[in-house]
Amino acid sequence: MASHESTYTPGSAVEKWVDDRLPIIRWSKTHLMDYPTPKNLNYWWTFGAILALMLVVQIVTGIVLAMHYTPHVSMAFDSVEHIRRDVNGGRIIQAVHAVGASMFFAAVYIHIFRGLYFGSYKAPREILWILGVLIFVLMMATAFMGYVLPWGQMSFWAATVITNIFAAIPIVGDPVLQLLRGGFAVDNATLNRFFSLHYLLPFVIAAVVVLHIWALHVPGNSNPVGVEVKSSRDTVPFHPYYTMKDLFAVIVFFIPFAWFVFYAPDILGHPDNYIMANSQVTPTHIVPEWYFLPFYAILRAIDFNIFFIDSKLGGVIFFAGSILILFFLPWLDTSKVRSGNFRPMFRPFYWLFVVNFVLLAYLGAAPAEGIYVLLAKIATAYYFLYFLVILPLLGRLETPKPLPTSISESVLSKPHVGGAAPVAAE
Amino acid sequence: MAVVGVAGAVWPLIDQMNPDASVLALASIEFDLSAIEEGQSVTIKWRGLPVFVRHRTSAEIEEAKAVPLNDLKDPETDEQRTKPGHEQWLIMIANCTHLGCVPVGEAGDFDGWFCPCHGSHYDTAGRIRKGPAPKNLVLPAYEFISDTLVQIG
Repeated sequence: MASHESTYTPGSAVEKWVDDRLPIIRWSKTHLMDYPTPKNLNYWWTFGAILALMLVVQIVTGIVLAMHYTPHVSMAFDSVEHIRRDVNGGRIIQAVHAVGASMFFAAVYIHIFRGLYFGSYKAPREILWILGVLIFVLMMATAFMGYVLPWGQMSFWAATVITNIFAAIPIVGDPVLQLLRGGFAVDNATLNRFFSLHYLLPFVIAAVVVLHIWALHVPGNSNPVGVEVKSSRDTVPFHPYYTMKDLFAVIVFFIPFAWFVFYAPDILGHPDNYIMANSQVTPTHIVPEWYFLPFYAILRAIDFNIFFIDSKLGGVIFFAGSILILFFLPWLDTSKVRSGNFRPMFRPFYWLFVVNFVLLAYLGAAPAEGIYVLLAKIATAYYFLYFLVILPLLGRLETPKPLPTSISESVLSKPHVGGAAPVAAE
Repeated sequence: MAVVGVAGAVWPLIDQMNPDASVLALASIEFDLSAIEEGQSVTIKWRGLPVFVRHRTSAEIEEAKAVPLNDLKDPETDEQRTKPGHEQWLIMIANCTHLGCVPVGEAGDFDGWFCPCHGSHYDTAGRIRKGPAPKNLVLPAYEFISDTLVQIG
């Protein structure tokens, strides 16, 4: 895009008048239509558009829900039930918002793992990647606070456990905890501020998404072979080629989304959250929403003191580290080759990392006893070894396969299999 | 100067999040112990937090006293966990010191409490024995006003 000239010519006197004052149509044509996009993007690349749409879905349904929701400890639980039972169409709108959070995370995990496989974080896209990780962190904060709002048992205990993480900070832990909760325990003050922030953060996310797309449009998209665009023969205009491809992917993505909303709106939730919050009793088995499970498993895997660091602080350090480490990934991976397709040694470690991540999710949902505790420790160790040892070493030890000289060459050299679009990696 | 000015303007915006006057006003309560039989426990509410009041059996007290301090992650004797002359009464904030769940009573590997959230085991003096919690269950500031009346906070 850097070398890309605008091709816009105002079609009427009015458009010309606008263009001289605020060239927004010109800007839109350059960035949303003509934007030159590598012609070999596969369906893993459609999740960016899916995510942008999911953010819109969550904001629109959220604004509507806020018209009926009451952020007070004695009324919050009932007001959510009121939405589901009494408000016109509320049953569907609430389900879209609740299931939407899960679909949002499903899409973001695919988007992140696509980036991990195809080396999308490598130069010159480090800032693009860092902004993406920042969006992920903001999403987690938003989803967590949103989950507290229905004020069920899981809401309350999630709020208690997660705010308690901050109490692990040495010296200032307890004052910080009281500051966050607005009391000695999670209570009305906590619920109110979470509602306020849950309404705010999506708009912060939207702003960072703008930066994320800006940072994308400077170097342009990465692609499955990981070779930079060399000439206009390697690209196609974003519209209609990728607008249509993204639209098709969105429709396919909405099929399971709709299935959950219409047929199983509660299947991703937890029955305990249909019991109103009770500060005196913890449910016997508390688990976070599925999308937090891998990190939750890491948090509780550390049940031993590490030198002077006690087990609680240790767990919090590993928990925070498991997410923060993503910020440093562009410098941890020393290989110059982007795409995993050309990295024979990287591939098994990558897939083991994927399996390991799913295993962590499974362990996060399992009770903290017996073999699960040991497995969680091993899986946590691999999670960190992958970033801190394997990726730095592989760049030095591995002999990558020869790269195609250009995107066009890689596309043309493929045996023709009928379909026009190149198949997905692997 | 500008920094001081900005900090002075920002501080009230942060401080408003701290516990307010109505929360602080509930900081002290009195509780009558006479209805609790030996071997029974109740959970009461203090400052919004659950508090365990347990009338321990003599077997539980013996068990707690027999533990060598070397076995403890957060070493405290049984005497330090109770008030002299009232050692049958164990009064503790009922939030696990790991991440704040309420542990289940008379459970776990040490006959005390077991936190189902992340698997911390506490003994009959509420001391952490196994699992991710770093500290013993926290004792609130409390005093015996008479043999059956206790003031917490």
